[in-house]
Amino acid sequence: MKRRALRKAKNAAFLTLSLIATMTGLACLAAILWTLLSHGLEGMSWDLFTQMTPPPGSRGGLLNAIYGSAVMTLLGILIGSPIGVLAGTYLAEYGRKSRLSAVIRFINDVLLSAPSIIIGLFVYEIVVVRMGHFSAIAGALALAILAIPVTLRTTEDMLNLVPVGMKDSSAALGAYPWRTTISVLYPAARSGIVTGLLLAIARISGETAPLLFTALNNQFWSRHLNAPMANLPVVIFQFALSPYKDWQDLAWAGALIITVTILVLSISARVILALLHTERGSGR
Amino acid sequence: MAIIDPRHAAKQLIYERVFRSATLAAAIFVLLILGGVALSLVRGAWPAVSHFGFSFVTREIWNPVTDEYGALAPIYGTIVTSVIAMLLAVPTGFGIALFLTELCPPLLKRPIGVAVELLAAVPSIIFGIWGLFVLAPLLQRQVQPWLIGHLGHMPFVGHLFKGPPYGIGILTAGVVLAIMVLPFIAATMRDVFDTVPPMLKESGYGLGATTWEVMWNVVVPHSRVGIVGGMMLGLGRALGETMAVTFVIGNAHRISSSLLAPGTTISSAIANEFTEAVGDLYTSSLIALGLLLFLITFTVIAAAQAMLRHLERGGGSAV
Repeated sequence: MKRRALRKAKNAAFLTLSLIATMTGLACLAAILWTLLSHGLEGMSWDLFTQMTPPPGSRGGLLNAIYGSAVMTLLGILIGSPIGVLAGTYLAEYGRKSRLSAVIRFINDVLLSAPSIIIGLFVYEIVVVRMGHFSAIAGALALAILAIPVTLRTTEDMLNLVPVGMKDSSAALGAYPWRTTISVLYPAARSGIVTGLLLAIARISGETAPLLFTALNNQFWSRHLNAPMANLPVVIFQFALSPYKDWQDLAWAGALIITVTILVLSISARVILALLHTERGSGR
Repeated sequence: MAIIDPRHAAKQLIYERVFRSATLAAAIFVLLILGGVALSLVRGAWPAVSHFGFSFVTREIWNPVTDEYGALAPIYGTIVTSVIAMLLAVPTGFGIALFLTELCPPLLKRPIGVAVELLAAVPSIIFGIWGLFVLAPLLQRQVQPWLIGHLGHMPFVGHLFKGPPYGIGILTAGVVLAIMVLPFIAATMRDVFDTVPPMLKESGYGLGATTWEVMWNVVVPHSRVGIVGGMMLGLGRALGETMAVTFVIGNAHRISSSLLAPGTTISSAIANEFTEAVGDLYTSSLIALGLLLFLITFTVIAAAQAMLRHLERGGGSAV
């Protein structure tokens, strides 16, 4: 009888601990969001979106940084996602069982969690050193390399979800695999692939380390892809570590903008996926 | 009875070859990235490696003035911060996974799961700025004085908690890292626990086992390969994490016996110094640090992936 009470007590103790662990995790998320909101909203104003990053000791905005981040993220996706989607297509359609595909899948998963600063060093070596200066295009390339593994993985997964019958019907009509892929598989997996793109954008738009020594930063308005370009993450990094109150306020406002963007992107990706699953679930 | 126009068929065949080659080229490009990363790092690191030889990884000195560099302090900082992060995040992540799979009311399961995954989506620079302005002062005022007062005089562990409470330093970096890798560990463990056949768990409950006993004696042994894989995936993240650490580590190139003292890690040294590095040997030494980080994280992540894959194929169920 005593033994049973002991077992029950042990059970209760561990279950309580697991509850506390979950509370801790949620509390961390809440604390971070709360700090961001309280500090970030304080610095929110129209100036953020209409003025350039200021010199120390004066007020200003983040316009050039927001623009730079948008340009480089967009370029990164435009360069990276076609490669990711095509490679995912190869893994799902052409080389499904081949040894090469197994190796590529493995390497891709490693790249997916590889430290992004290493990618920054790589692009520095092959682009910045060759060109002799930092540039927005180098930053975009670094982001593109980070976007590839994300899009590849989701594309492959989503193509694998398309019912085999659809592929077979297309083949039975005499279509070559490329035609089937473009006219049947891509439309069928469209929302899934879009989800992958959203996740990739969410992943690269907050990346700081790979931009530090590729795009660097630029205090002024610049539209030259061949020159250093301002971007939100690096501006946040520099301003937050500065001793100036104005700069720190801007850093918090920038941090809020980035986080809200990324959370909205991730949540929409999840919603699309959830809708997709209920559709599939009820459809069959 | 389709009528096949030979010219049309020939054209189709060409399109097919082009499309197939394009997908194959893209797939091979992924391999080239990894190869390119390895090659360019080795090439960039070569001047430092050939100049310092093996002593690069055994010396603590880091002096841009005399142009002498050793990687021991960053290596030490990287390992110690990651160990602290794992010590904190693994039990917590295990607890969250246990809660989500066994305790959580079904209605809350998705929202809590999503919240944990959103924590993973928050970019590392946000953890950095939060760590610097919120967590570091909190630790400095509340936690570190307590650690110094209560643990600082104990034998064996005392020297880990000596010195003034700086706020920023190795310990704070470890705590921030723990919060960052927590969602990865929790999500992987939850997924692994979900693969345990309900039949096994039901048999445990049928024998009168408590929830904890089922967890510890049935679920954990059944999914141990996946648990280790998830832990190593988290470790890979912690070792390579840059921005969050750079904010709170204090960036001091020395090895201090106290966890409260400032230190440096491989990635934060690169992030802090790379654009300011003058001289080929300085730049090359930083790239050599990058090469070290690449080798360490590649090994850890590859091992983690191999374990998780092994599990996917059902090999993990062999007890």
